[in-house]
Parts: sequence; structure tokens; C-alpha cells
Amino acid sequence: MSQIAFLGAIETGLIFALVAFGVFISFRVLDFPDLTVDGSFPLGAAVSATLIVSGVNPWLATLAAILAGGCAGWVTAWMNVRLNILHLLASILTMIALYSVNLRIMGKPNTALLGEDTVLMPFESLGLPYYYTTPLAFGVVVLIVVTLMYLFLTSEIGLGMRAAGANKNMARAQGINTGGMIMLGMAISNGLVALAGAMFAQSQGAADVTMGVGVIVIGLASVIGGEAVLPPKTILLALLGCILGSILYRLAIAAALNADFLGLQAQDLNLITAALVAFAIVLPNAKRSVFKKSGALK
Amino acid sequence: MISVKDLHVCFGRGTPLEVHALRGIDLNIPQGQFVTVIGSNGAGKSTLLNAISGDIPPEMGRIIIGHQDVTRWPTHKRARSVARVFQDPKMGTCETLSLEENLALGLSRGLRRGLKPALKSGKVKELKELVASLGLGLENRLHDKIGLLSGGQRQALSLLMATLQPIEILLLDEHTAALDPKTANYVLKLTAEIVEADQLTVMMVTHSMQQALSYGHRTLMLHEGQIIFDIHGEERESTTVTDLLNLFERKRGEALADDALLLG
Repeated sequence: MSQIAFLGAIETGLIFALVAFGVFISFRVLDFPDLTVDGSFPLGAAVSATLIVSGVNPWLATLAAILAGGCAGWVTAWMNVRLNILHLLASILTMIALYSVNLRIMGKPNTALLGEDTVLMPFESLGLPYYYTTPLAFGVVVLIVVTLMYLFLTSEIGLGMRAAGANKNMARAQGINTGGMIMLGMAISNGLVALAGAMFAQSQGAADVTMGVGVIVIGLASVIGGEAVLPPKTILLALLGCILGSILYRLAIAAALNADFLGLQAQDLNLITAALVAFAIVLPNAKRSVFKKSGALK
Repeated sequence: MISVKDLHVCFGRGTPLEVHALRGIDLNIPQGQFVTVIGSNGAGKSTLLNAISGDIPPEMGRIIIGHQDVTRWPTHKRARSVARVFQDPKMGTCETLSLEENLALGLSRGLRRGLKPALKSGKVKELKELVASLGLGLENRLHDKIGLLSGGQRQALSLLMATLQPIEILLLDEHTAALDPKTANYVLKLTAEIVEADQLTVMMVTHSMQQALSYGHRTLMLHEGQIIFDIHGEERESTTVTDLLNLFERKRGEALADDALLLG
């Protein structure tokens, strides 16, 4: 693997760490299987790209993307909490609806950002080559987000949210509005995913309405992979696991695609993804049963 | 003070499985009274508790806690005046959270939750002392996940959590039924101590007639969604388990079919 391919994997890994944080909140904290992600990722990209092209400050455009993603997550949660639609189905409905919404926002299937100002500009003026600056910029963003996430999840509201996801009866009995917590958590989750979409569009130079396909699987792969590598004994470890899982996933993909003897090509990406996710899910159980057989876990 | 007025609860209205679980309950519990509730399976004991806590919406009737009509309030809003301990130790505490995190949840019950850290060092110290007062040695396991504790330890913690904030009423839904006899005794003793110390108003559902008579100030018996008798004071003191059974048979003109009532 060349240095550029390696740094490229780190860069994408860092962006998708944001997706992993979002998936961690929905799947792990709230126990809410949320596929809205496949729509809120391109939503973030579409909103930020459209605003940037029409001359809005890229930071403001990115903020707008986060808010748009938050609304998408809130809609899914609202359908589940208030209309009693099954969580998985509610999220699929929002995801499908967002496809149209994204086309409407851009007015076309994709928007190019070539030559526009992006949030990466201040980092580009550092004078380093682009394949260093972009991962650096995303590293800073991930660091900020992980700090905020940690502070939030260990705050009074955050603790209430974790209880609402883990034991609804107990949470209600302790005065926690579980429906409200689900709506707040889903908004944060999809806000993060939209932020990732906005960053991705700005680093790749375009937003595309199809760029969300499979994002949920990548996010899930990162969360599960992270848990396999770094057992989530505390909230901080779980969050670091998301980053680690996301980067390792990208490196694994890059390695698989770069290993010529395997004969894999770029179009095999989704096949490899599915295989990796299945592997990551089975791994912790396999590890346990191997230990059990050898008597190491007595 | 708690008042329940002409409370009706019906499950599956209009379906073949319609169950009229509560048929006009009228009940006043003054401040500081400890009421025990007995009745056979399906008598409506748990339904009554769930209606008071807000988990089951009544079809008719009023529930007043303090001086507030809470009939339309959701569970989480009532939590500032109602605390409860569930039958299943798994229900009352949160398995995936640590001991101190669970207690922190109890500590902010009914208060406005903000973005302050849930576990400030001052708070943790306070929690440690509280846990130490249980005498179970759990004060050294504050970081352990609740899932690692036994059922009895979890019920003791649930009780502690229920009393961390001032409450109008404590609801105990057969909170010792899932425990082994020795642990059940410990939890019952702890309950009596906590109730005595804080002068709490309590409603305790139990399957054991013996427990119903030996704890608290007043005993209610439910049958088919109605209160069939209500004893307190001297009348209650002179009542034995056999009297309860006879009274029950006389009132209803039928023998108790449920052995669970006799075996407690």
C-alpha cells in the first residue's frame, strides 16, 4: 500500500468515525436500529454543497448540514414515538423520503464543489501537501466531536439517555421522558452523520445523491469492529473504539483492494464490506468459544 | 396523600380478550400510612399500582397525588412524587450502567436534568456513604456494572434509589417475590427500616398474607378489580391469616382457588 493510499484510508476512516459515533448513539445507546443514516449522509452533503455553491460561508453551510441531519433524525424518532411506527420501518421511510428531498435541495443529482471555498481551506494554507492536510483537518474535527460526545454522554441528560435506551421502564420511573430522549438522541445521531456527509462532499469536491448507499453498513462495521478490537468497558473506550474501528475498516478495505494476488477490484467493495461486518459480528463469539474449549475462561 | 376515585381500567375493550381489571376503586391513603395489598392472581393489584405510577391509563376515574390531579400525567412526570420498586430486580436498575450511574439517576429523579456531569466527585462521595449504609459492602463496587450484582443486591439498591428524593408515595410491587427466602427477609427488613426512618407513605403488594398483616398499618384485599375489604388499627391487629381467609370466603361465598395466597 502506498503512502497516499494509506493516508487516504486514514482520511476516510476519520470521516466515517463521525458516522460511527452517530450509529453508536442510535444502535448502542438508544437501541434504535436506524437506517435514516443512508439518507442523512447525502443530505448533509447536499445541503452544504448547495449553500457553498450559492456563496454561503462554508462553516455556516456545514452547520446548516448538521441541523438538516438533526431534523431528519428527529422525524424518524417522531414517527416511532408519536405515531408508533416500528423503528426500523420509520427509519426506512425517512431514508426513502430523503432521496427526493436531496434531489430537490440540489435541483440535480450532483453538485460539484471544484474551486469553491470549503472548511478545509485554512488547513490547505498550512503549506503541506493535500494528502497530509485533509486527514489532519478531519483529525481535529473528530477530536472535537469525541470530546463533546464524551462530555454529553456522561452528563445528566446523557446518562438519562443511556438509561432510556437500556431500560425504558426504569428510566420512566426515574422521571426520564424516554420519548423525548429518543428524539434528542436520534437528532444528534443524524446530525453527526450529516456532518460527515458535509465533510466528505467538501473533501471529495462533490455531493452526489447516491453517495449514501451503504453508509449504515460502514458505520455499523466500524462500531462492531471497534468493539471487537477494544471492548467498550467505559463510554470513553466505546467512543475511541468507534474511531479505531472506522480507521481499521478503511485500512482493511484498502489492503484488500491493494493486494493484487487476491484479484479484487474496486467494484468488489460492498462484497468485502458485508464479509467484514459478518466477520466482526462473529469474532467475539468465536473468541469466547475457543477459550471455553481450551478451558482458559474458567 | 393519595386519593383514587372510582378508578376503572379495562384491557382490550371490545375484543374477545376484554379484561375489566379495575372496577371502581375508591381509596384514600393519608400521609405516612403504610398499606399492604393482597389478592389472588388477576385481582388487579399490579394494575392498581401501574395506574398510580402512570404506566396504565385509566378508562374512568381520578388519581390525586398530594393536591395535584395526575390522572393524565405520563409516568416520567409523576416520578417526582411517585417512586417504585419492581418485582423483577432486572426492571428497577439498569444493567448496562454502573452502580454509581444508577444511583445518580435516582438522585436526579424529578429534578431538571442538565449538561452538568452526572457524576461529580462530591456526589460520588455522597453516594458512597449511602451505599455503605446498606451494609452489603457495595461501596467498593461503585464502578461495577449493575448486571454483575445479585437480585437481592439490586433490589436493595432499587429501594435506596427510590428514596434519594422526597416522594409522596412509594410503590412496592411484590418486590421480594423473585428472591430466595433469606434475601427476601433482608430486603423486607430494609424496607421497613427505610419506611420508618423517612416516614414514607407506602403501598406494598404482596402474595403473602402473613407479610400483609405483619408489615404496615393497613391491609386491603382486592378481588376481581374491587376492594373487598379494608382493615386497619385494632381490627387489623386482632386479625390472623385464618381470619383473612374466612373473611374472604364469607364475602365472596367461594373458596380460594389460588394456593399462592396460602403458601406465602
